[in-house]
Amino acid sequence: MEYFLELFFGGLTRGSIYALIAIGYTMVYGIIQLINFAHGEIYMIGAFTALIAASALSIEGFGGWSLLVLAGFIAIVYSAAYGFTLEKIAYKPLRKASRLSPLISAIGMSIFLQNYVLLAQTSDFLPFPPLIEEFSFLEQVTVMRSSELLILSVTAVSTALLTLFIKFTRMGKAMRAVAQDKTMAMLLGVNVDRVISVTFIIGSTLAAIGGVLISSHIGQINFYIGFIAGIKAFTAAVLGGIGSLPGAVLGGMVLGWTESFATGYVSSDYEDVFAFGLLVFILIFRPAGILGKSTAEKI
Amino acid sequence: MLEVRDIRTFYGAIQALKGVSIWVTEGEIVALIGANGAGKSTLLMTICGVVPPRSGEILFMGNPIQNLSPDRIFSLGIVQVPEGRRIFPLLTVQENLDMGAYLRNDKGAVRSDMEYVFSIFPRLAERRRQLGGTLSGGEQQMLALSRGLMARPRMLLLDEPSLGLAPVLVATIFDTIRHINRDNSTTLLLVEQKAAMALHIAGRGYVLENGTIKLQDIADQLLCNKEVKSAYLGGS
Repeated sequence: MEYFLELFFGGLTRGSIYALIAIGYTMVYGIIQLINFAHGEIYMIGAFTALIAASALSIEGFGGWSLLVLAGFIAIVYSAAYGFTLEKIAYKPLRKASRLSPLISAIGMSIFLQNYVLLAQTSDFLPFPPLIEEFSFLEQVTVMRSSELLILSVTAVSTALLTLFIKFTRMGKAMRAVAQDKTMAMLLGVNVDRVISVTFIIGSTLAAIGGVLISSHIGQINFYIGFIAGIKAFTAAVLGGIGSLPGAVLGGMVLGWTESFATGYVSSDYEDVFAFGLLVFILIFRPAGILGKSTAEKI
Repeated sequence: MLEVRDIRTFYGAIQALKGVSIWVTEGEIVALIGANGAGKSTLLMTICGVVPPRSGEILFMGNPIQNLSPDRIFSLGIVQVPEGRRIFPLLTVQENLDMGAYLRNDKGAVRSDMEYVFSIFPRLAERRRQLGGTLSGGEQQMLALSRGLMARPRMLLLDEPSLGLAPVLVATIFDTIRHINRDNSTTLLLVEQKAAMALHIAGRGYVLENGTIKLQDIADQLLCNKEVKSAYLGGS
């Protein structure tokens, strides 16, 4: 039972990170029908920024929670700036092009950003400092680590805040309106460019939060982590139903558990087999994803 | 109030408007009639900045607006209720109306405008928590018109407000349009295939054919015009 719980919370942690990244995929897809393949790189850049910021800040004497919060904040600002710029440079000029062009541009940006970090930093794994403090009340608990609890809570709080934002604020309503009918939103005075920028900033912010937390949990990063996490989170988004926010969270959790249990009960070698096997399985029986609405596309 | 001078608009290589000029003075209702594909909707989209013209000029209150973005043009008070209603299907009736007031910050006035549209269309008040996509065609048209009104337009561009509606509803919609014009002194540019009804409430009218203005006159004259009669009024 204890082993099961350990795997359960491990899966939930993984799932939370996948969910945080998947939200970025699903929101961008919802608004401009683009799979932003460079999204994983934003997560990776968040992790690297936090590493650099934490190193610098700890020299300045920061430590404990303030170090995590400050480094995390800097990572968020950087990642959001990258996400914002990415859209302006790589996608906005292609807005009127065929759907394939921005997709290729996205893959190009993904490769570019990976190599940019590879050159600017290193190809080796770098140790990531454990920024998350241990909770004293978890000392007796063996099935869950402090960092896991923090990742879970942060994910829950940020997705709840995002849901409220989308449901109740003026910008949130505009985002939903743009997702449903861009031209009509324009005709009601919505600055569509700004809505798209905000979407990228929100997605990048969540990806950065995920990047900082999971790196601190795992303890090492390299330039390639964004690609792997990005592909997995994209899988989660598709699994849950791309374009659906609750779908992204659910997809992330399902994927996290699948991997965790496959690793724990079968073998860690089969982790990806189970993850993508599940994707194929879902796509056969529910092509629109678990929570996705099947839309008959008019040809 | 609005002056469109010799605009030419293209969709890719296809020229939809081949030098169209119209003008609308403050407070009047102008009808724009024409067959399918004549370029009526394109003209409205061009005025609103969604499909900018390749050449020509559009003046609103004396200022050129042909190079402004749609949201800027909207903020000047030019509001379009487009063809096909284009209700946001997954927003509630209430949220659809909120979107009409998207740029407004005068909360109190927004609330009283909301009450005003609910008083014209009580059906919408009953269904305010329902999703837009679940409304019937007639209700959607009421919602589309109300959403436009929530913007407090100085000039309202209506594209086929009667399309696909039962005759009883068509009369209601046209009544409302006349009210909007009279009560709020909102200037109206009305695109309609139901030419007779449109010309009855309009002061002047234009006939658009193949991307050019074929005829223009005061509405009563157009109603008597032989060509208009045979082509757009069912020959009676």
